[in-house]
Amino acid sequence: MTERAHLAVVGAGPAGLAAALAAADRGVRVTLVDAAEQAGGQFYRQPARALGARRPEALHHQWRIWERLRDGVDRHITAGRITHLTDHHVWCVDRESAHDKPPSNRDQHSSQSFTVYALCGPAQEEGVAVRADAVLLAPGGYERVLPFPGWTLPGVVTAGGAQAMLKGGLVLPGRTVVVAGTGPLLLPVATGLAAAGARVAALVESADPRALLRRTHTLAAEPGKLAEGAWYAGQLLRRGVRTLARHIVVEAHGTDRLTAVTVAALGKDRRIRPGSARRIPCDTLAVGHGMLPHTDLAETLGCTLSGTDGTAVRVDDEQRTDVPGVWAAGETTGIGGAALALAEGHIAGRSIAARLYGTAPDPRSWAAAARTRTRLRAFFAALDAVYAPPAGWADRLTDDTVVCRCEEVTAGAVRTAAGSLGAGDLRTVKLLTRAGMGWCQGRMCAPAVAGLTGCPLTAGRRPFARPVPLGVLAGLPDD
Amino acid sequence: MNPLELTRARPGEAFTVTFDGRPVTALPGQTVAAALWAAGVPAWRTTRGTGRPRGVFCGIGVCFDCLVTVNDRTNQRACLVPVRPGDEIRTQEGTGRDDD
Repeated sequence: MTERAHLAVVGAGPAGLAAALAAADRGVRVTLVDAAEQAGGQFYRQPARALGARRPEALHHQWRIWERLRDGVDRHITAGRITHLTDHHVWCVDRESAHDKPPSNRDQHSSQSFTVYALCGPAQEEGVAVRADAVLLAPGGYERVLPFPGWTLPGVVTAGGAQAMLKGGLVLPGRTVVVAGTGPLLLPVATGLAAAGARVAALVESADPRALLRRTHTLAAEPGKLAEGAWYAGQLLRRGVRTLARHIVVEAHGTDRLTAVTVAALGKDRRIRPGSARRIPCDTLAVGHGMLPHTDLAETLGCTLSGTDGTAVRVDDEQRTDVPGVWAAGETTGIGGAALALAEGHIAGRSIAARLYGTAPDPRSWAAAARTRTRLRAFFAALDAVYAPPAGWADRLTDDTVVCRCEEVTAGAVRTAAGSLGAGDLRTVKLLTRAGMGWCQGRMCAPAVAGLTGCPLTAGRRPFARPVPLGVLAGLPDD
Repeated sequence: MNPLELTRARPGEAFTVTFDGRPVTALPGQTVAAALWAAGVPAWRTTRGTGRPRGVFCGIGVCFDCLVTVNDRTNQRACLVPVRPGDEIRTQEGTGRDDD
């Protein structure tokens, strides 16, 4: 009997799970490869099992959707159709070209073969390889944080990081928290921290929510999303959290840890209103300015990137990348939240199942998901325009503000590289200053360096999606 | 209210680890970073260049700001590594290999 077609899904967040479910429902054997201890990704991140949370939903929105997703995947796991590899950190996906593929009757449905390389366990020192006929990339995204004086102080964390530590470890970063930056993520972060007992001294949003009104047509098409926003706003009111719209954090204060932030109001010209600065004592600042897609695996496979900044994986209507056998869904194809990721994953899973079995997929079978996808993409494009980083943020960086956290490169050094040294792209700035050369490989500083220098933000070309021990590389077969 | 009460958590038995030699109580399932946060410790690394303190930043394994030395293993991401009973956690200075 011919072995069934095999799909490897990288990432067990909303997109990966929806795709795994849709493909497994149609008879595809699926291996779900994920870095976390439990499925769910960042959006559905749950407390570690050993913490014994009996009411994990208290920190979540839309828990019912998660339960349906989890139950479906669990059924397939029990039936042996889905294998879930937890604690597996994927560092590369490799494509075997058709001509050097050994003759085999293993797979009559597809002409591709892939190997997903992962490091497993907490130490991430042991290598594992998963072979598959098709790959779905659903690695999600990570938070963009633009620098400001004091942002490297302990006590300053990303908004999503504070939320992840709360949801996963059931810990609060401190007692008095300011949530700041821009974007819809700030609402659930502030709400969650307040519900869990932190004093949220202020929610500081640089955007002008009134700008949303100018886009009522697009926004009104998503009443559910608007209701969600209103629910969070109500929660914040009820908990006495004051929201300072059109305000920014201009500086974080402290010597060895955060003790206060200075916030200021933005005027109509989006510049700081003179005399509006005020100090808010706090031990934690949870800050974020939107998100960026993870694209390392796609980039290494040769998938074309596009999107507003050229930093998201380009997909067609079936969620196919331009590399045969590779699909992508969720934040990696452009930031749009969990509901969009679910729709994209669902479409991808159906497309994969059809393609692996050599039949043309029928887009009518996923028409509802496609409509959701269209609506949500338009919705998030409108949100993006409203929640753009505030004008002039780069000008406010003092020359001694650290921009690249790993290599401790200052804004002054970056300005010099782009100014008198004439660097015109991120790579040249990196070579001249080491900004982006450290542990995180520019994931944290690239948007800031781009903004400071006027260089276009390009996706970093990284051969490995995470650090790999030399022993693991040396142990790979020679072929 | 705290997060454990909010989610009605019944964690396994708490255990002790050390941070720079002094005892810290941790819960099973927590990461090293979560245990240190819960103990009121916000920083456990000093940078290679200017020796500035750092702790958790991204919280999801992307930024590498939370590197720490656990049981003499340097450069562990505190936000990913589960804490285990008896762990000896030390502030990591620079690359953590300055003593070599």
